[in-house]
Amino acid sequence: MSQAILTKKDFVSNQEVRWCPGCGDYSILASIQTVMPEIGVPKEKIVFVSGIGCSSRFPHYMATYGFHTIHGRAPAFATGLKLANPELSVWVVTGDGDGLSIGANHLVQSIRRNIGLKILLFNNRIYGLTKGQYSPTSAIGTKAKSTPYGSLDRAFNAVSVALGTQATFVARTIDTDPKHMQETFKRAAAHEGTAFVEILQNCVIFNDKVHSSITAVENRDQNQLRLIHGQPLLFGKDKKQGVRLNPNTFSLEVVELGVNGITEKDILIHDEKVVNPSLHFLIGELAEPAALGVIRDVNDSAYEKDVHDQINSVQELKGKGDLQKLICSGETWTISG
Amino acid sequence: MNQVIEENKTEIDRVVIRFAGDSGDGMQVTGSQFTTTSGIAGNSLATFPDYPAEIRAPQGTVAGVSGYQIQFGEIDVYTPGDEPDVLVAMNPAALKANFSAVKKGGTIIVNQDAFNEIGLNKAGYTSNPLTDDSLSSFRVMEVQVTKLTRLALEELDLDGRSKDRCKNFFCLGLMYWMYSRPLEATQKWIQEKFGKKLMVAEANLKALQAGYNYGITVDAAPSYIVKAAPIKPGLYRNVTGNEAASLGFIVASQKADRQLFLGSYPITPASDILHELSKYKQFGIITFQAEDEIAAACSSIGAAYGGCLAITSTSGPGLDLKAEAIGLAVKTELPLVVVDVQRAGPSTGMPTKTEQSDLFLAMFGRHGESPLCVLAPATPSDCCYMAYEAARIALEFMTPVILLTDAFLANGSEPWLIPDIEAWPKIKTKLANPANYQDKVYLPYERDSLGVRTWAIPGMAGLEHRLSGLEGQENTGNISSDPLNHEKMTEARNLKIKNIQTLIPPLEVLGPASGDLLVLGWGGTYGSVRAAVEEAQKEGKSVAQAHLKYLNPFPANIEQVLRSYKKVLIPEINNGQLSMLIRSEFLIDAQKLSKMQGQPFKVREIKEAIDHILQK
Repeated sequence: MSQAILTKKDFVSNQEVRWCPGCGDYSILASIQTVMPEIGVPKEKIVFVSGIGCSSRFPHYMATYGFHTIHGRAPAFATGLKLANPELSVWVVTGDGDGLSIGANHLVQSIRRNIGLKILLFNNRIYGLTKGQYSPTSAIGTKAKSTPYGSLDRAFNAVSVALGTQATFVARTIDTDPKHMQETFKRAAAHEGTAFVEILQNCVIFNDKVHSSITAVENRDQNQLRLIHGQPLLFGKDKKQGVRLNPNTFSLEVVELGVNGITEKDILIHDEKVVNPSLHFLIGELAEPAALGVIRDVNDSAYEKDVHDQINSVQELKGKGDLQKLICSGETWTISG
Repeated sequence: MNQVIEENKTEIDRVVIRFAGDSGDGMQVTGSQFTTTSGIAGNSLATFPDYPAEIRAPQGTVAGVSGYQIQFGEIDVYTPGDEPDVLVAMNPAALKANFSAVKKGGTIIVNQDAFNEIGLNKAGYTSNPLTDDSLSSFRVMEVQVTKLTRLALEELDLDGRSKDRCKNFFCLGLMYWMYSRPLEATQKWIQEKFGKKLMVAEANLKALQAGYNYGITVDAAPSYIVKAAPIKPGLYRNVTGNEAASLGFIVASQKADRQLFLGSYPITPASDILHELSKYKQFGIITFQAEDEIAAACSSIGAAYGGCLAITSTSGPGLDLKAEAIGLAVKTELPLVVVDVQRAGPSTGMPTKTEQSDLFLAMFGRHGESPLCVLAPATPSDCCYMAYEAARIALEFMTPVILLTDAFLANGSEPWLIPDIEAWPKIKTKLANPANYQDKVYLPYERDSLGVRTWAIPGMAGLEHRLSGLEGQENTGNISSDPLNHEKMTEARNLKIKNIQTLIPPLEVLGPASGDLLVLGWGGTYGSVRAAVEEAQKEGKSVAQAHLKYLNPFPANIEQVLRSYKKVLIPEINNGQLSMLIRSEFLIDAQKLSKMQGQPFKVREIKEAIDHILQK
């Protein structure tokens, strides 16, 4: 079964997809199904694990192994699974409520350990399945069911949360650009350790067009900063605008080539491999333009590998465990009959 | 020096000793050394370590007193004993906290040097109990433990503080003399424990010997012989409940040929299971210290989905937190063992004190109809077999199993006739065989004659399927809100748990098969009930004991057993949880006997209840 060359349709389950018509999740699902035959992992070794929420129905629609668990805890289930069998390609599908509110602790702890999970966080800045309450990524002042006078909480930047917990791979992509999603997912699949991908996703019912300042056709040239490793951070229709570092304030500022003597030399070069995450923070925090693509990709050993290496080294040192010997260990004595 | 003048010794059949001191005085070490030595001497024994929740509670205060009680004898000993015959009190606080428990006429050995003004004040004494007549009903032995220990170590190049820390071994040495125990096992232990710190080892060895010699020298000290008990021949070791449970899981993992995974979060009094299993990586065990109790349960369920024998260990507050995850394991029918080392609640309660008050939580502490299997070991060493049994049922019935131990079982120890593990049966897992699905679709919820589904794990080609907390259609598990399907699935999950009854042993009765009274216990009360029932039987009363180790489902013959006696008494360290289950299930007028003091039952308490109920 694993020898056959698979196509997208081999990853489509027989379950009817029940997201709302026009939901951004459809294109994310299609992109994942497109990419799966290309990641070099047999289908039976791919598992999608999710929590609760609209995005978390995802595993039902994949023809791989899947586990639709409980609210917020998908990273914990996935951690146990990955430790049980490090050969599996384990994907966590979560949302801004599931991953950054009820399950924020598991999310950051998984990233901290650098366990080899591929975490896809669908960020629509709203609770959809519970019919429209503000979420931890909703902008301050969001008017929703539970905040008729506007939300008062400050919002998380998902990328910053991941970077703050020492993520080794952080990327951002958008549901309106399948090609960009597919490239990003492939990079995530290839990463050892935790790969965290924020997907700006549109909820057509409760938060329509929340990302349109970035994703809409008329805005995308102006407000999307496409990251390419080793290339200058340029954007705009004619790539005439760029981002440079102001060393006095240690912040990024948007400049225009040719204005005030600015040349391409002044523009910051994207380096996803630099170990110190400070630059990645600055890039991730940019709002308009928003950075899209791989923000950070550094090498470090994956937790599951370390766990099994430790077991192997103890077994080499002590030999495989002898049960009867273990039970008879400690102070023993014989009572004769 | 170890020569003992035998003719001065009195023979006795059993003794209860309690060592008490500051939580930093080494009382647990002293007690466990006495235990090992008594085990080697061939005595039957039971122990009860009782310590405060604080690691180093304020020195010299009553709140900081740590105790270790042991009963040993040449006759069968089932409990750590009701009332100490001997109390060793290292300071005034230890005396104050414990003297009232000592048997009238019993011996109290005190460290006289600690009964100074500061010590007495800290303990809240307004007058010195050694000089007023408050201890007149006991035989008090005042020993200058601090001074004598210092003198014994005078020539050693060690600071005063380190020398004073050897006081416990002086007392242990004295007790070894009083009860004619050999020093060798403890001497060997000291050498191994402090091997690298030669001076510390030397100091403890000297203190031990000095205490022993003091016993020889001082005429006033009584001395006894407690002969070996007629116990079953074989190889023995001491084992605590937490150690035994850990071993049981390793046995099960080998018998099932499944890698052992433990997801756990530190919590008193369960952490030792995490510590134990973390030591044994050579058995390929994965131990995962999770970020919280929820992640501990969830990671274990993830590992179970991945094909491991998955365990999560905790105590009451942690079981509260794991409830939702356990419900998912019920719905997705994955094998999982949850160990709850019960402690006194509610809320944080008394973390180091025992209770049996999580039975309802284990049975019903999840939303929806979510039945699962509940087991409880009877003694510390029984934790090994019941841990294996919990794993067996989890794997053979694809269900979560809650193993209810308690602080008393977990920390208490007893001599353990090391079982022949080879003879324990293999565990037949429900692993799916991909070869059976070449021409047909794998149905994750297809059931066998006992209602059990198969276990397909990621990596098995062709068996790809999705599990979900959402209600699923029969066989396929596909999301379904069909009303009749939900009722059918609810009944199927219930029936599967009921069917476990077919593969568990019947409830055994110790005593007459019918009669006036049945004392029904569960969990850690076994020893106290056994001792009380035996006493009553010796008096010619028509009393029997039955002990439940399988709480859900109950053994198939339970109702028939209960109905064979005129009355049923159920002693529990809670407010009557099993008794409520029995009454509601069988409409039997079972009487409860409750104790909620964070302490195990005294034999006397159960015996009095037996006498009382028989008089009615």
